[in-house]
Amino acid sequence: MNCSELITTFLADYFEGTLPPDTLADFEHHLDVCESCVAYLQSYRATITMAGAAGTAPRVDVQDVPEDLVKAILDVTQP
Amino acid sequence: MALLRDGDAGAYETLVRTHMPMMLRVARRFMRSEEDARDAVQDAFVSAFRSIGKFGSNAQLSTWLHRIVINACLMRLRTQRRRPEEDIEEYLPRFRDDGHQVPPSEPWAETADTILQRTELVGVVRAAIDQLPDTYREVLLLRDIEELSTDEAAEALGVTPNAVKIRLHRARQALRTLLDPYMRPVSR
Repeated sequence: MNCSELITTFLADYFEGTLPPDTLADFEHHLDVCESCVAYLQSYRATITMAGAAGTAPRVDVQDVPEDLVKAILDVTQP
Repeated sequence: MALLRDGDAGAYETLVRTHMPMMLRVARRFMRSEEDARDAVQDAFVSAFRSIGKFGSNAQLSTWLHRIVINACLMRLRTQRRRPEEDIEEYLPRFRDDGHQVPPSEPWAETADTILQRTELVGVVRAAIDQLPDTYREVLLLRDIEELSTDEAAEALGVTPNAVKIRLHRARQALRTLLDPYMRPVSR
């Protein structure tokens, strides 16, 4: 397995935990000898964590329940 | 729920006020302006009230509304498409003919946890997500932020689960490329 195969073909399945045992062994053997792929894997994992955390971080500059929006919705949905 | 199905006005207002914060948070993640986010939330409530009779008594109301507001956002985004899918290529890693990455990856200076304690970087991450081409941005939002399963995301987007897997991997790779310059050690 080379860097291209590890990153492009097998990395997503590695994170899903769905690599077959033989492929997983090849994947981990490549990581044992390739600093670049170790760095890539760590930064890919950090990217997923940061996307989730930044996406759900609260925003302080906006209203949770804007009254004008409540009124607009009730105006068009009230039975 | 019985009051909602009976068209009770007070129950409608209670539902709107209770679930609006969640609905707006989701819509603000998907839509690029506050106005679009509010419009998507309004679309979602209208859709929810129209189909309240179909709501299953065993389902979680918040989960049902979460899905409805996501669908409302995706519908609006489809009418605002601006960038073709192939734009993602410039953000994907490159390799030599022998399979080695060029340039090689270098370790990031900090972990995700310490990076996110730097509040200015939360904005950097959000801006980077917004730079992704829409079809990839949507998959990333659905899977890594809204935490839908691959099958749920596929259903929401009207594509196959395999297409979701491929797009998600490419979206994560592209986001990593966009964040890389901010995460390198300062001395480099």
